[in-house]
Amino acid sequence: MGKKLLIHNDHLPNIHTLEVYRANGGYASVEKALKTMSPDQVTDEVKKSGLRGRGGAGFPTGMKWSFLAKPEGVPRYLVCNADESEPGTFKDRYLMEKIPHALIEGMITSSYALGAKVSYIYIRGEYFYVARIVEAAIAEAYAAGWLGKNILGTEFSHDCYVQVGGGAYICGEETALLESLEGKRGNPRIKPPFPAVAGLWGCPTVVNNVETIAAVCPIVNMGGEEYAKIGIGKSTGTKLISASGHINKPGVYEIELGIPVEEFIYSDAYCGGIRNGKKLKAVVAGGSSVPILPADLILTTAKGEPRLMTYESLADGGFQTGTMLGSGGFIVMDEDTSIVKNLFTFTRFYHHESCGQCSPCREGTGWMEKILKKFLNGTATESDVDLLWDIQSKIEGKTICPLGEAAAWPVAAAIRHFKHEFLEIARSKKFIDISHYERLNLIRA
Amino acid sequence: MKVTIDGIEIDVPKGTTILQAARMIGPEVAPPTMCYYSKLKTSGGYCRTCIVKVTKGSTQNPNPMPKPVASCRTEVMDGMEVQNVTSPEILEARKGVVEFLLINHPLDCPVCDQAGECKLQDLGYEHGAVKTRYEFKRREYEMIDIGDKIKLHMTRCILCYRCVKTAEQITNGRVHGVVHRGDAAEISTYIEQAIDNDFSGNVIDVCPVGALTDRTFRFKSRVWFTKPVDAHRKCTTCSGKVRLWLKGEEVLRVTARKDQWDEVEEFICNTCRYDKKKTSDWVIEGPSPIHRQSVISQNHYSNLNELKVQVLKQQKALGFMPIDKRP
Repeated sequence: MGKKLLIHNDHLPNIHTLEVYRANGGYASVEKALKTMSPDQVTDEVKKSGLRGRGGAGFPTGMKWSFLAKPEGVPRYLVCNADESEPGTFKDRYLMEKIPHALIEGMITSSYALGAKVSYIYIRGEYFYVARIVEAAIAEAYAAGWLGKNILGTEFSHDCYVQVGGGAYICGEETALLESLEGKRGNPRIKPPFPAVAGLWGCPTVVNNVETIAAVCPIVNMGGEEYAKIGIGKSTGTKLISASGHINKPGVYEIELGIPVEEFIYSDAYCGGIRNGKKLKAVVAGGSSVPILPADLILTTAKGEPRLMTYESLADGGFQTGTMLGSGGFIVMDEDTSIVKNLFTFTRFYHHESCGQCSPCREGTGWMEKILKKFLNGTATESDVDLLWDIQSKIEGKTICPLGEAAAWPVAAAIRHFKHEFLEIARSKKFIDISHYERLNLIRA
Repeated sequence: MKVTIDGIEIDVPKGTTILQAARMIGPEVAPPTMCYYSKLKTSGGYCRTCIVKVTKGSTQNPNPMPKPVASCRTEVMDGMEVQNVTSPEILEARKGVVEFLLINHPLDCPVCDQAGECKLQDLGYEHGAVKTRYEFKRREYEMIDIGDKIKLHMTRCILCYRCVKTAEQITNGRVHGVVHRGDAAEISTYIEQAIDNDFSGNVIDVCPVGALTDRTFRFKSRVWFTKPVDAHRKCTTCSGKVRLWLKGEEVLRVTARKDQWDEVEEFICNTCRYDKKKTSDWVIEGPSPIHRQSVISQNHYSNLNELKVQVLKQQKALGFMPIDKRP
C-alpha cells in the first residue's frame, strides 16, 4: 500500500464535519500559508511539487498559476471544476462527499496564493446531494472563521460559493464552465483569450479540478520538494483512480503515481483482479474519452517494458500503442465484453453531450452513433468500418473544444486495436445480444 | 506585421485575423466562411470551414500550431506562415466540414428561395463531394413564422449563429436564440414569439442558407431571374442605401447591399425592406456589381463543357456510369 495524502482519513466517522477534520490535522495548510508564507511562496511550492492537473489534461498546476494575469484593480477568481462528468470517473464525488473540508481548505490556500478574494465551486447538477454536503461544510467553515473577513486575523479575506450546474458534460470544459457560471448557455469559448487572461466576467481566472485543489494542502504542509519525491519523473504525488468494470473491487483508490498497471489491476490492495476468474480483454485507462488498449498493450508498452501508472508511461507509444492517464477513470473489461457495444455506449454519450456549436462535432458525433447502431442491429457492412474511421479523423482536432477529440479518440482506438471485431460483426450480420435495458436505450437513440 | 499565406507575403496591422489578411491578398487564398461576418462582433469560429494550417507561429516562436485553427478568430503574429489552399490536409479537412454541414441539410435547392445566392451551395460546389455517404434520415423541423415577414425553416439551418449576433448587436432586444444542444440544437424564439423591431429583417440577409427567408419574396421568383440594382431613398431610421431586385419594372425584393464577400455593407430598416416596393420610391443608381455572389452569377457554369468533363471524372472515380455509357 502506497502513501495516501488525500483520502487517508476517509474511514474516520464524521470526517465530513469540521470538528473531526480539524482534529485530524485539517486546515493546517491554511494556517501555515497565511501565517508564515507569502502568496508567491505558496505558488513556488506548488511549482516545486510538480503537481499536474488532475482533471484530465495533466497540465502543470504551478505553471498554470504563474500564467494568471495580475493587473491592478481587477479581481481574480479561482474556480473549482467539480463538474466531473467523464464516464468512468467518480473520484471527485468521493472526495467531496467524504471529506468536503479537504476541498475547502485547498480552495482557501490556493486562493491565497492566487490573490483571489472570491472563489466558486461549480458542481455538476447530478451531484445535487454532494453540493448540499459541500455547502454545509462551507457554512461550518464560515462559522469557525476559516472563510469570511480577515481569516486567522490576517489581511486575507475570502468568500467561497457553490454553484450547481444544469447537468451537461460540456460544462466540464473550463470555458463552457465559466459561461455556465455566468448564467449563460454552456458553450465553450473560442480561445485565445485563455481564462488566465480573461475568464470569469472577463477577469483573470484559474480553473482547477477538485483533486488538484485538494492536493495543494499536503503540498503546503509537507513542502513541494518532499511531495515531488513521491512518484516517478514528471508524474509526482498521489492520484485518485476511479476503478470500475469487471474487477473484484471497484472503487476509488489513491495510488502513488508510478505503480505498475499490472499491480493495480491484480493486487488485492487495489482492484483485486478480474471478477469470476475471467481474462483481461481491454482497459480504458483515463475516462471514456481516452483510447482503449487491449490487455497486452496496457500491461506492457510496445517496447516490452511494464506499463506504469504515470502520465508518461501510459502515453508511451503515442496513440498507436499508448493511451493517457486522463482523469483516472480506469475501466476494466473482461474477455466477454463486446468492444463494439461498449463503443456504441460511449459514442451515444458524446452525441448526447455535444453542445452543437461547431459543425464537425455536432453532426459527426450523431453520424458515428448511427453507424454504430447499424453494427448492433446487424445491418452494418465492412465499408462502414472505414467510414467510421474517416469520420472520426475529420472530427479530431477540427473543433473548438476538446469534446471533438473526446468523441473521436475512443472510436479511433477501438478500430485500431479491435478492427477484427467490427469486421466479424459486419460479416456475420447478426443482431448483437443485448439486454432489455440496452435495447430500450437503443430504440431511444 | 508580416504574414505569409500560401507563399504570398503581406504586411498587416496588429490585431488582424488570418482571414482578414487572406482577404486582403485576394479571393484565391481567402478561406471560405459560413459563420464569420465582418460586420458582427464575436462572430465566427463555429462552422470550421475557414480552418487553416499554421506552419510557423511567429518569428519569436517558430513552432507550428498543433491543430488547424479557425482563421476568422486567430490573430496574426509577426512572421507567421499559414497554409490554406496549398495544404492538402486542410483541403481534406474542409471537405470533411462541408460533408458534416450537408449531412443534415435537406438539399431542397430546387424549391429553396436562397438557391443561387446560397453560401452553402457555393461551398458544396467548391469543396464538397459528388455523392453523400450519409444514409440515414435527415433532421427535420416544422417551418415557423417568426414575425409576419420572416419564415424560419430550421431544417436548412447550419447553426452559424449569425442571426443571433445580428439581433443582439443591431436591434434593441434579442428575442430569438439557440435552444437545445448538440444536433438537436435549433434557432427559435421564446415560445414562438414574433421578432418585432425595426431592424429584424436583417437576419434574412445575414443567413448564409435558406433558413430565414423573406415572406414577402418567397416563391415570387428565382433570384437569377431578377436584376439587382443599387438604389437609395431618404430614410430616417437607416442609411436608405439598398439593393433592389427587379423583374421588369417590378420590385420583387429589397435587401441590403452586399460587398465582395457577400456580407452586408450597411444594415437597413424594415420600412425600406418591406414597405417600399415601387420603383418610384427609390432613386436608382445603376446595376449592382456582383463580385463573388453565387456559383451562377460568378459564371462558374460559363464553361459548361469543362464542368461536364470534371463531373464525369469524379463520377468515374466513384465507379458511377452515366446512363448512355452503361453497357
